[in-house]
Amino acid sequence: MQSVVVRFVGDSGDGMQLTGNLFSSLSAILGDEISTFPDFPAEIRAPQGTLGGVSGFQVHLGKGVYTPGDKADVLVAMNAAALKVNVEHIHAHSIVICDTDSFTAKDLEKALYKTDNPFTELALPESVQVVPVALTSLTKESLKDSGLDQKAIVRSKNMFALGLVCWLFDRPIENAVKFLEDKFKKKPALIAPNVKVLTDGYNYGQNLALSVNQIRIEANTSVKSEGRHASIAGNKATAWGLVAAAEKAGKKLFLGSYPITPATDILHELSTLKSCGVMTVQAEDEIAGICTAIGASFAGDLAVTTTSGPGLSLKGEALGLAVMAELPLVVVDVQRGGPSTGLPTKTEQTDLLQALYGRNGECPAVVMAASTPANCFDFAFMAAKIALENMTPVVLLTDTYLANGTSIWNVPSLNGLPEIHPQGVLEEHKGQYNPALRDENGVRYWAYPGMEGYNHRNIGLERDAEKGTISTNPANHEKMTLARAAKVKQIENRIPYLNVWQPEVVTDKETLLVGWGSTEGHLRAAATELGCSLAHFNFINPLPRNTRQVLERYKRIVVCELNCGQFVAYLRSQFPEIKMEQFNRMEGQPFQVSDIVSYVKGC
Amino acid sequence: MIMEAKDFKSDQYVRFCPGCGDHAIAMALQKAMAEIGVPAHQVAVISGIGCSSRMPHYLAPYGFNTIHGRGAAIATGVKTSHPEITVWQMTGDGDCLAIGGNHFIHSIRRNVDLNICLFNNRIYGLTKGQYSPTSPKGFVSKSSPFGTVERPFIPAELCFGARGTFFARTLDVDMPTTVKCMVAANAHKGASLIECLVNCVIFNNGTHNFIADRETRADRTILLEHGKKMLFGKEMDKGLALDYSTVIPHLIVVPADDERVLTHDAQMSDPTLHRMLALMGQPDTVEAKAEMEANGSELPIALGVIRDVPAEASCQPYDQAVNEQIEQLKASGKVHCFDELTHTLETW
Repeated sequence: MQSVVVRFVGDSGDGMQLTGNLFSSLSAILGDEISTFPDFPAEIRAPQGTLGGVSGFQVHLGKGVYTPGDKADVLVAMNAAALKVNVEHIHAHSIVICDTDSFTAKDLEKALYKTDNPFTELALPESVQVVPVALTSLTKESLKDSGLDQKAIVRSKNMFALGLVCWLFDRPIENAVKFLEDKFKKKPALIAPNVKVLTDGYNYGQNLALSVNQIRIEANTSVKSEGRHASIAGNKATAWGLVAAAEKAGKKLFLGSYPITPATDILHELSTLKSCGVMTVQAEDEIAGICTAIGASFAGDLAVTTTSGPGLSLKGEALGLAVMAELPLVVVDVQRGGPSTGLPTKTEQTDLLQALYGRNGECPAVVMAASTPANCFDFAFMAAKIALENMTPVVLLTDTYLANGTSIWNVPSLNGLPEIHPQGVLEEHKGQYNPALRDENGVRYWAYPGMEGYNHRNIGLERDAEKGTISTNPANHEKMTLARAAKVKQIENRIPYLNVWQPEVVTDKETLLVGWGSTEGHLRAAATELGCSLAHFNFINPLPRNTRQVLERYKRIVVCELNCGQFVAYLRSQFPEIKMEQFNRMEGQPFQVSDIVSYVKGC
Repeated sequence: MIMEAKDFKSDQYVRFCPGCGDHAIAMALQKAMAEIGVPAHQVAVISGIGCSSRMPHYLAPYGFNTIHGRGAAIATGVKTSHPEITVWQMTGDGDCLAIGGNHFIHSIRRNVDLNICLFNNRIYGLTKGQYSPTSPKGFVSKSSPFGTVERPFIPAELCFGARGTFFARTLDVDMPTTVKCMVAANAHKGASLIECLVNCVIFNNGTHNFIADRETRADRTILLEHGKKMLFGKEMDKGLALDYSTVIPHLIVVPADDERVLTHDAQMSDPTLHRMLALMGQPDTVEAKAEMEANGSELPIALGVIRDVPAEASCQPYDQAVNEQIEQLKASGKVHCFDELTHTLETW
């Protein structure tokens, strides 16, 4: 097979995320392309064995991998509830490995089955290959002499499952052993038992020759890029992009943030990096998160605040202050399902219009979006660069899917990254500086406390275009409104042109799929199946300079988004004469490639 | 270098209403800043919205007139990221205690080394005359034509409740005390709150007349000074003492020569006595206030530095602690830059 989709599902306490991550890393080391998607329940710990507590991790590996895949080729279900919840994620020829010890009458009752035969009740097609394995008892047997208590033993059954899956896909387990040693380096007593269960799981597959055959994934022979590779999750990549930008710019990185799912991991990650000089303030609320950052920006730092949709709503007024005061600021919005508290652990692209317009007054900010877990690094870096060089807040949109998903990252060195030249002051302004002075690009000069001869008063009130002091003059307000807009608009000269991506075989030259942000992988997969072109946007305000030229070349344009049509509405407002169709999903889940394909084909 | 008040004055025309108490506070600040002697470019004055928040425009240092209620959070960001900068926050009873209440209590709790001037005129001036969180119950204003039905905050009580380490109270018309409080606030390491009782000549004229009046001030207020006996009155003939005859001792006025007269200890970390002193003469209702204005109050209103607990005895300022932790980890940590960070990854 060229590529395969594996989905691990179980109770949120079953260690599915760890299992999935380990398996993905093992495959990546072997040269597979990977794309992963964790699917968490909203509850921290729902009662064991219930439908509400099912947690999942899907990985797509092999060649030509753009997405975590639609349906699973192999489903590993640790209990009856997990099987029931995930029945929609398998296809007619999937292999389902399940822990028979977790399919007792009591388990079935907890998972709200009505009969005592779950497979018939779920109407699994006969072609689905069910592989029953007594995972729990086999794990107990494996660890009976380990000295671990019963609870700890049962908890290790995920490693048995991992061993079995490693056998199934012919992945050597040596690397897994290395990962486990690293994972448990603070609890060395757990290394040996975990390794034993893993090995026993692998051998179980090998020795007992399960009723299924090993699956071989074709070795990925596509040309590998040079350098070091690692698998990285979007939130971590975002955090590291900011660290790299601060170092490149010679600025201190300051994060003001308030915990909110799914953005909190950025705060977690940056909080561990104090030895790199990173400063993090866990503020009293979302507003204080952005306001402490604005304070640090006023004082001359690379300032960042991280949040998700509800938090962005709360930060709106302060974001307006950063626009008005013309201070550099990076706002990372890891979008989740909304409105209100909505679906905190699910993915959606519904904050686009909020990021563009969700403030009082004419209030332009730069808006951009990452499109893979790994390129969260690049766009976080770019967001910081644009903010510091153009004295403007930048909203970087990512989402749950990118934040928690992983992809392979070609690890850069600081040297290889673009230069960042933060805006400064001119020597000749010493003693005459005011906060309205602009350079030839319309970017105001940046002076901050501690600089002698540049004292000034910054404000959220309108300022005089010449003197920088408070002004209510009508003509001045219009002039300043346009100056702020022009400053953001000229950034189009500092960003790349929009690229059109095409699959190897183009059969449909008239259709252009359009997307933005995290759907890039799904849209590439769809474009490949459709044989059509894709224009995927990372820069939204300003848009790339050649946007109109690209759109005009196609007869049929389909804008695909995980919302009710926010980007298409924006594009239509910019290019009213260009006709665009829209394809939207609002399920809190990434696209299913097949849905896009069916829509475009008109079936 | 000797600095003068004019070194801290900006070129902006001061637009407070004629007769507003804020004029006096502006002058006091300029004097205090000169006395403190930190050059203007190393000072930042942060404010939110309101009459008081216009202050940065009239001062020479770096200034940032931000949005309603958020001054404390923005000042926290400035001071934490750059502890070498002296940071002042200008705020009012609405900005600080209503819309900015959350940021206020947390800046006090964290003990960020800010000098906070809270201009308390018990009214919203800039929005033209609504009651504030310090207006006494029953107060009639444009938004409470039939009188308010809610209790006021007493800023000192809120400050102590948030574990504040410095509290001073001063009066717009008492320039020397105001300057002294500001200088002491700056010397204090940690969050310093100065409640400036100011008169709003337009919407709440005379609200502090009870003590602002020169004739009666000496008898109605007591100026507290650390290490000095708590004496007051025109002739300095009265003193404060604790009466232990009740379950919880309470303050009483005794003759100056009474041996029970207390000596002020602003540095006690236990806030109990500071609270009793700060709560003297703080009427909850308009009726109680009127009664006090007509017939005087039993206890004087405390002015001066009421609480000033050294950082060593209470809590390290937040900004200092944050930076110290970073410095320690820079020294002990293994990863110092991006390239080193990438080597912590499992790569292939």
